[in-house]
Amino acid sequence: MVRVLIPSGALGLNYDQEALRRGIAAKPDIIAIDGGSTDSGPSYLGRGVSKYARSSTKIEWAGLMQARAEANCPLVIGTAGTCGTDSAVDWMLDITREIAAEQTHPVKIAVLRSSQQPAEIAAAFEENRVTPLPNAPDIDAGLINNCTNIVALAGAEQITEALNTGGDIIIAGRTTDTAIIAALPLQKGCHPGGAWHGAKIGECGALCATNPQSGVILIDFDAEGFTVTPLADGAHASPHTVSAHMLYENADPFILHEPGGYLDVTNAQYKSVDDTSVRVSGSMWVPSDQYSVKLEGARGAGFQTVIMALLRDNHYVANARAWADDIVEKCCAKARDRLKITSDDFAIEIRLMGQSASFGTLETNHITPAEIGAVGLVTAKSESLSHEIAKLLNPYMLHHPLTIEEEVPTFAFLFSPAEMPRGEIYEFALNHVLHLENPMDAFTLEVHDVG
Amino acid sequence: MAKLGTVAQKVRSKNAGPFWLTIDIFCGSSDVYTKIVDGLSTVQVARLFDAEPQLIKRFDIPELNVVKFSLPRPETQGAAADRDIHGASWAALLAETEIGI
Repeated sequence: MVRVLIPSGALGLNYDQEALRRGIAAKPDIIAIDGGSTDSGPSYLGRGVSKYARSSTKIEWAGLMQARAEANCPLVIGTAGTCGTDSAVDWMLDITREIAAEQTHPVKIAVLRSSQQPAEIAAAFEENRVTPLPNAPDIDAGLINNCTNIVALAGAEQITEALNTGGDIIIAGRTTDTAIIAALPLQKGCHPGGAWHGAKIGECGALCATNPQSGVILIDFDAEGFTVTPLADGAHASPHTVSAHMLYENADPFILHEPGGYLDVTNAQYKSVDDTSVRVSGSMWVPSDQYSVKLEGARGAGFQTVIMALLRDNHYVANARAWADDIVEKCCAKARDRLKITSDDFAIEIRLMGQSASFGTLETNHITPAEIGAVGLVTAKSESLSHEIAKLLNPYMLHHPLTIEEEVPTFAFLFSPAEMPRGEIYEFALNHVLHLENPMDAFTLEVHDVG
Repeated sequence: MAKLGTVAQKVRSKNAGPFWLTIDIFCGSSDVYTKIVDGLSTVQVARLFDAEPQLIKRFDIPELNVVKFSLPRPETQGAAADRDIHGASWAALLAETEIGI
C-alpha cells in the first residue's frame, strides 16, 4: 500500500492545519501538492510568473516542509509557480532555500524542469513530432518561435526519475495535475487504473468531498484500487461526491489522457467504507503505443489599455449599444486618420457591463438595467500606441451624444486618469502533444543540497 | 416549457483546459433527470452557443443524475475576444433557456 497525503488543491489556497496534523500522524509515504494550472489564463505562462502571493506561498510551503520533516517522507510540488516554467521553478526554489535556512533542516532538493526552447519545438513540428489535440489552433514554425514560453507536461515517469534521486523535496515544473500523486503508487506496483483515478480524484484536494475548502485528504493506493479519506472536521466523502468529481474541469468524465496512455473509469465502482471514506476499484489504465506529452505555449497578443465609463441617464442606458457602436466606428476612423495607422495595428471594443458583457451577441436575457458600465478595450501593437488610442477614445466615452441634435452629455468616469494600462497581453498558442522516444528527452533533472 | 435553471438543482460551467468549456447540469433526482434528458436537445445547446452540434460532446449520466455538455470554447481562454477567463458565467446562458417539459 502507498499512502499519499494531499494538503490542498493548490499551494496558495491554504489548508486546514489540524487536518494536516492528522495526515502526518497517519504516516504518509509522500506529500503531494499541485502548484498551478492554466485556469487563470495565458498571462502567467506568457510572463513565466506565479499567480499567488509570494507571502502566501512561503507560509504554506514552510508548513509543508515542516510536515515533511516530521513525516520523514518526500514532498513534491507539481507545476510550481502557477505555470511551471523554469523561471517559476527558480522562484519556488528560491523560496525553498529561504525556508530551509530558517528551519535549519538540511534538505536535498530535486528540480525537474519542463520549459522548452521554442526553436526546438518548431523543429519538432517540422519533423511531424508535434500533433494537434481536438480544437487546437492552427500553428506553424513561425508562431511557435513567437511563444515567450513553452512547457511540456511531465507525467509519472519524470516524477519517478525525480523521486529516484532520493530528494526530500521535489520541485517540478509543469506536470499533469495527476502525475505527482500517481507516480509513487505506480512505482510501487499499485493498480495503474487505481493510481491514475485516485490521482484525478485527489488533485483538487477536498473538492471531492463535503467541506471542500478544508483541502486535506489522504489516499491509500493498493493492488486493486484506492480509498480516499478527507481529514478535516465536517468533511465527508461519499460515492456521489467522489464520482461526481470526475465531471470537474474534464471535457470527458470517463476518459483522462496522460503521458503514455489513458485512464478509463467507465466501469469504476464507488463504495462507502464508512461515513467519511470511499473505496474505488474497477478503473482501467490503457497504455498507448507512443509516448507523448502535452505542450502549452503562450505568446504576446498586443498591448492593452482599458477605459471605463458609467451610463446612468435612462436615454443612454436604453440606447447603450448604438452609442458604443457609434463611438467605436468614429474613434477607429480618427485613430487611422490622425496616427496614420491601419486596422491591422489596433482594435477598439466597448463591452457593456450590466447588459451583454458576459455573452455578447449570444445574450438572451434582454432587460433595461438602471445603469451600464461601458468598458473600452484598446489593443494595439505597441504600448505607446495603445495609450495614445485610449486617449483618443477618452473624449468619446466622456461626452459622445447619440445624435448631433442633443445636448452634449457627460458620463461618469471612475478614476483620474481614466486610462488604465494593462501592459502586454498574451494568448495560449498550443493545444498539441510532443512525441518522445524517451520520457526524459524533453525534461531535465538537477539536485541541490541545501542547509 | 420551463427554464432549465428552475428545474435542475444546479447548472455550472468551467474551463476544461484553455480550449474547451464544460457545463454540468445536476438534475437532483431521477425524475428530473429524465425530464431534462428528454427536454433538452444537443441542437438547442449548439444554437445557444452558436456552436457546431457535431462538435458538442454530450454525456447523459443516470448514476449521477447529471447531463454534461463539453464544447469548444466560444473564444480561446484569455484571448482578446474572451469575456470569461474561467468559463464560469456560461452556465447562466443554459440555465435561462426554456426546455420542453
